[in-house]
Amino acid sequence: MLAYVIRRLVLAVSVAITVMALAFILTRLSGDLALSIAGPSASAQDVELVRKAYGLDQPLLVQFFKWLRNAAVGDFGESYFFKDKVASLIRGRMPVTLTLAMVGLGLALTIALPLGILAAVREGTWVDRCVTGIAIVGQAIPSFWFGLILMIVLGLMLGWLPISGTGTWQHYVMPGTVLAFTAVPALLRLTRSGMIEAMSSDYIRTARAKGLSRTAIILKHALRNAAIPVVSIAAVQLGFMLGGSIVIETVFALHGIGFLAWESIGKNDFPVVQAIVLILSLTYIVLTLLADLLNAVLDPRLRAT
Amino acid sequence: MSDTSVIVLAGAGERRDDRRASRLGAVVGAAIVGAVVFAALLGPLLLTLDPFTQDLNARLTPPFWMEGTNRNHLLGTDQLGRDYLARLVYGGRISLLIGALTVLSSGLIGITLGILGGFFGGRVDDAVLFAVTCRLSIPVVLVALAVVGLIGSSLTLVLATLGLLLWDRFAVVARATTMQIRNLDYIAAARCAGASLPHLLLREVLPNILSPLAVVATLEAALAILLEATLSFLGLGVPPPLPSWGLMIAEGKDYMFFSPWVIMIPGVSLFVLVLGINLLGDGIREWLGAEKIR
Amino acid sequence: MTAVLEIENLSVTFPNGTAAVRGVSLTVAKGEMHCLVGESGCGKSVTALAVMNLLARNADRRANRLRLAGRDITGLSEREIGKLRGASMAMIFQEPMTSLNPAYTIGSQMTEVYRRHKAAGRREAVDRAATLLDRVGITAPGLRLGQFPHQLSGGLRQRVMIAMALMCGPDLLIADEPTTALDVTVQAQILRLLASLQKDLGLATLLITHDLGIVARVAQKVSVMYAGEVVEQASVAELFARPRHPYTRGLLECVPVPGKVARGSALGSIPGMVPTISAGFQGCGFAGRCAQRRPDCGGAIPDQLLGAGHRVRCVLPQDAPSGNIAA
Repeated sequence: MLAYVIRRLVLAVSVAITVMALAFILTRLSGDLALSIAGPSASAQDVELVRKAYGLDQPLLVQFFKWLRNAAVGDFGESYFFKDKVASLIRGRMPVTLTLAMVGLGLALTIALPLGILAAVREGTWVDRCVTGIAIVGQAIPSFWFGLILMIVLGLMLGWLPISGTGTWQHYVMPGTVLAFTAVPALLRLTRSGMIEAMSSDYIRTARAKGLSRTAIILKHALRNAAIPVVSIAAVQLGFMLGGSIVIETVFALHGIGFLAWESIGKNDFPVVQAIVLILSLTYIVLTLLADLLNAVLDPRLRAT
Repeated sequence: MSDTSVIVLAGAGERRDDRRASRLGAVVGAAIVGAVVFAALLGPLLLTLDPFTQDLNARLTPPFWMEGTNRNHLLGTDQLGRDYLARLVYGGRISLLIGALTVLSSGLIGITLGILGGFFGGRVDDAVLFAVTCRLSIPVVLVALAVVGLIGSSLTLVLATLGLLLWDRFAVVARATTMQIRNLDYIAAARCAGASLPHLLLREVLPNILSPLAVVATLEAALAILLEATLSFLGLGVPPPLPSWGLMIAEGKDYMFFSPWVIMIPGVSLFVLVLGINLLGDGIREWLGAEKIR
Repeated sequence: MTAVLEIENLSVTFPNGTAAVRGVSLTVAKGEMHCLVGESGCGKSVTALAVMNLLARNADRRANRLRLAGRDITGLSEREIGKLRGASMAMIFQEPMTSLNPAYTIGSQMTEVYRRHKAAGRREAVDRAATLLDRVGITAPGLRLGQFPHQLSGGLRQRVMIAMALMCGPDLLIADEPTTALDVTVQAQILRLLASLQKDLGLATLLITHDLGIVARVAQKVSVMYAGEVVEQASVAELFARPRHPYTRGLLECVPVPGKVARGSALGSIPGMVPTISAGFQGCGFAGRCAQRRPDCGGAIPDQLLGAGHRVRCVLPQDAPSGNIAA
C-alpha cells in the first residue's frame, strides 16, 4: 500500500511539472509578449522598458524556473489587465466555480446512479432502453446550447429561475444542471455496465442462495463492487467539470475562474491564463490521485498490494 | 464537453445490449451522417443564395413554418439578413471538415504513440502512458481557447489545436489492442520471416487493430465537432464571417428571447449530427462486439 | 428415514426451447448423501438451482412435487422462498474463488445470513461464525473473520462457503461440484469434511459431481443424469456392482480402477457429446451415442424398477447382457 502511494505520488508530481512546462510554453506561443503588453501605440523604447520590467529579456529557461519558483509559493505574478495579484483574483473567483462544480457533480450523481442501477436491474427492458437513450442524447447535446435553451424555457417562458449572474442559490440551478449533463452520460453508462457485470457474478448468486432481500443484494453486494470504477470516474468528471466551467460560466455570466479565464484570454492577460490552466491541471492531477487512493480503500484487493 | 473519454472503456461491458435496437440506431446514425455529408457536398450547387450576402432590409426573417416568412429564405435570415439555409449548409461543411481532419491528425499522433507503446512495452510504454496522463490533465476547452485567443483565430489553428489535444483515446485504445496481438503467432511468423520493423508495425499490427479504432474515430469526430462549435460560440473558433454552427448560435444569442428559432436551427442541427455520429459509432461497436463473440 | 428433499417429475425449460431438466425425481433423506452425477451440460446444476429457485427469471420450472422437510415449496413467492434459502436449504458452489464477495470480510458475509434469518444480534452471529469456522477445520477463526476473501486460498474459501452454508443449521445442503476447482489434496479434505458434517449434523446432502471416484467415496445414493434425465438411480453399492444403463456402464469404463483394468488395455470412452434436447423430445437422449441402440429407443422409454430402490430408464430388458446378474 505504501509503495503504491509513493509510486502514485511520484507520477503525480512529474505530471504536474510537465504540465507546468506546457502551460509556460503555451503563453510564449503568442509571439513577443512585451509587444502585446505594451500595446499597439507604444514606442520601441516603451517596449524595451516593458521587456525589462517583466523580465522578458532573460533566457526562457531562467524565466520558467523563476515562474516555477514563484508559483510553488502561490505567487502567479500580477495581472496586466486587472492590475491585481493573480493569486488574489483567482481566490476571489474560486468559490463560484467550486460551488458550480459541486452542484454539477452532486446533480450528476443523483441522476446517474439511480438511473444506472435501474437500467442494469431491468436490463433489456424498455426502462433500460430509455435510460440508455438518455445517455446517448445527453452525450450529443452541446452544453452551451442546452444552457441557452434552459434560459429561454425556465428563465423567460416560465420565469422560474434567474437568467444570469450570481447572488442567490437559484442562480446555480440552471448552470449546475447544464454542467451535470456533461457528466451524466459517462457516469450513467459506467454505473449500468458495472452493475450488470456485478449482478451476473458468482457472489451475487451466493447472496441469493443466502436468501438475502433483493434490496440488500442490489444495494449492498452489487453496488459496492460496481461503485469502485464509478468513484474514479466521478473524480475525473469533477476535473472535467472545472475545465468545462469556462463554457457554462460564460453562458450564464457567472463570475468564477472560468469566466475570468475567458476575459483574460480576450485581453491577452497571460499570467492569469497561465495560472488558471495550471490550477485546473493540478486540481485534475490531485483528483485522480485521490480517486486512486480512494479506490484502494474501497477495493480490499488493491489495499493488500 | 470532454466527458466522453471513458466511454470506450465503459462500453466494453455493454455487449448484451439489445442487438436490434442498436442496429436500428446504427442505421439512423448512418442516415443522419449521410444526409449531412450529402447536403454539405451538393448543397452549395443547389443553393441560389450564398451565406455572406447581407440584406439589411430583410433581417431576422422567420423560417417557413412561421408567420411573415419569405419564400426566398426557407429557413429565414440572420440579424444581418444573410440566408440562414445557406449559412447552415456552409456551417455543416465546416463541422464535417473539422470532424474529419481532427480525426486524421489526432489519429495519426495517437495511433503512432499507442502502437509504439503497446508493441515495445517497457520504457517506451511508460513514456507513452506518461504522455497520455499529461494530456488528460490538460483542460481541453481552456487550453484550446487560450491558444486560439493568444495566437489569433483561424480555421487552421482550430484544426491544429484540436488535433494536438484529442489524441489520447486513440493512443489508449491502440496501445491496448496492440498489446493483445503483439504475441500472436502471425506477428512472430512475420518476425521470423525477417520483416523490417516498419513493415511489422504498418502491415502486420496496424491493419489488425483498425476496427476498434474506427469506433474511437467516430467518438473523436463528434467531440471535435462539439468543441469547434463551443470555441466558435465563445468567439475564439472559426472567425466570422465564416459560417459555423457555433458562431451562428453565438450571433443569434442576443435575439433568442424574441426569435428562439435563430438558435434552435443551428443548435438542433449540431445535436442531430453529433447524435448521428455517436449512434453510428455505437452501431460499429456492437457489430464488432458480436464479431468478437462468434 | 425422513425425506428432507423430495423431487417428483421436475422439468426446466429455457426460453430458447432447451429442455435442460426433464422429469427428474429423487429424494434425499436426513443424514444421507445423494450424488447427482453426469457429464457437464447434463442438467445437474440446473436441477440444483431449480430446487433453490435460483434459475433465471425466464426459465420455466415445473414439478409434480417439490418438498423441503415435508413442506411444499413449488408455489412459494420469491419472498417466502427467500426465507428458506440460507435458512432451511443452503448451497455451495464450484468456484470458491469468485463465490465470495471481494468487498466484504468473511465475518461480515457469514454473520449477514444468520442475522437475516435468525434476527440475532451481532455478537451472537460472530460467535456462531467463529464456532463454525472452527468446525470446518479453519484455525484461528477470530483472525479469519476479519480477513477478505482474496487473502484466503481456494480450499479455505470453500471451507468458509461451507461454514457460511451451515450458519442457520439447514436441513438440506446442496453442493455443486464443490471440489472441482481445487487441488487434489484439498479435494480430499473437503470431501471428508462434507461426509463428516452429513454424519454428525444429520444433514441431507445433495452433491453434484462429474467424478465417479467422489461418488464411490462419499455417497449413499446415486442418480446418474444424462441429457436432462435421471437414467439410473440406485444405492452406491448397487450401482457400482450392477450398473444397468448403457450410459452408466460407459461412465464406469472411463474410470481407471487399479487391479480391475488390465495393463495395456485401453480405457473406455463414450464417443460423441451430450446433445441439447428441445422441449417435446421423445425417446432416449443417449440413443445417439449408445452401442446397444434399438429401433424402439425413439419411443416412450420405460422406467424400470429393479427392486431395492434401483431404477433404470432404458428399453433394454434388464436380465440381458453381461450375464452375471441375478434377475
